[in-house]
Amino acid sequence: MLIISAFLCGLIFGVGLLVGGMANPEKVLHFLDLSQAWDPSLAFVMMGAIAVGIVGFALVKGRKRAICGVPILLPENNAVDRPLLVGAILFGLGWGLAGICPGPSLVLLGAGVGKGLLFTLSMLVGMVFVNRFRKTSA
Amino acid sequence: MTIDFAHFTPLSSFGGGVLIGLAAILLIHFCGRIAGISGIVAGMLAKKTRTEGWRIAFLAGLIGSPLLFSLFFPLPDITVQTSWPMIIVAGLLVGIGSRLGSGCTSGHGVCGLSRFSKRSLAATLTFMAVGVVTATLTGFWLG
Repeated sequence: MLIISAFLCGLIFGVGLLVGGMANPEKVLHFLDLSQAWDPSLAFVMMGAIAVGIVGFALVKGRKRAICGVPILLPENNAVDRPLLVGAILFGLGWGLAGICPGPSLVLLGAGVGKGLLFTLSMLVGMVFVNRFRKTSA
Repeated sequence: MTIDFAHFTPLSSFGGGVLIGLAAILLIHFCGRIAGISGIVAGMLAKKTRTEGWRIAFLAGLIGSPLLFSLFFPLPDITVQTSWPMIIVAGLLVGIGSRLGSGCTSGHGVCGLSRFSKRSLAATLTFMAVGVVTATLTGFWLG
């Protein structure tokens, strides 16, 4: 039940990215790039997702266990600290260069797009780098 | 500034957003987890969390989604203009940034904002602003 639900969630998430236009890096860049005619579509993706999200996350408040019996894990850290902001800046740089973020990179990978594969591999290397760095500094 | 009406897709984009939001709330209600893609992917890099079934299943669904989609509809246009070397740079930055910042467009942008998290709002405003500046400067550069 847990496995099937998670699989369906991944599937719906990916189809949402495809339908919404987020899986097309060119469209994402036409949203972020103000030097040419602007395509505001991605603001509508965010609005649709957040409209549903606000209702759904309000309903989860106070509950300890998910429907599949596992505990509900919500982030408790609410501090706006330096790693958060430095991370968001680096993330924004990468996103603005290619128009690809982690979800769409996996959809591109699944669609057999070569640059999606290369992006995903590079992203994994970046993640490993941070993990190593954190381990040695801790 | 002019609006690119030729490519503007408010309805399908809103609909796609609703599906993304639906996936996120189903995941928290059924599996108890936040749909933060960078976090779910990063979990595959650690021995302790690599074998979690829900994680593997979610990623399999996400990667498999274009295949399922293409059985019923033609896949939408996918164009990557960014050069191969720049893809590597962008991928590294997105990987490093999402780990340092504990989230990406889905974890902070969708789930965090839906939960009214101050931390996620700060992250989302920051990466949106930097993304716009980066893409706009690149746009001017490449003309």
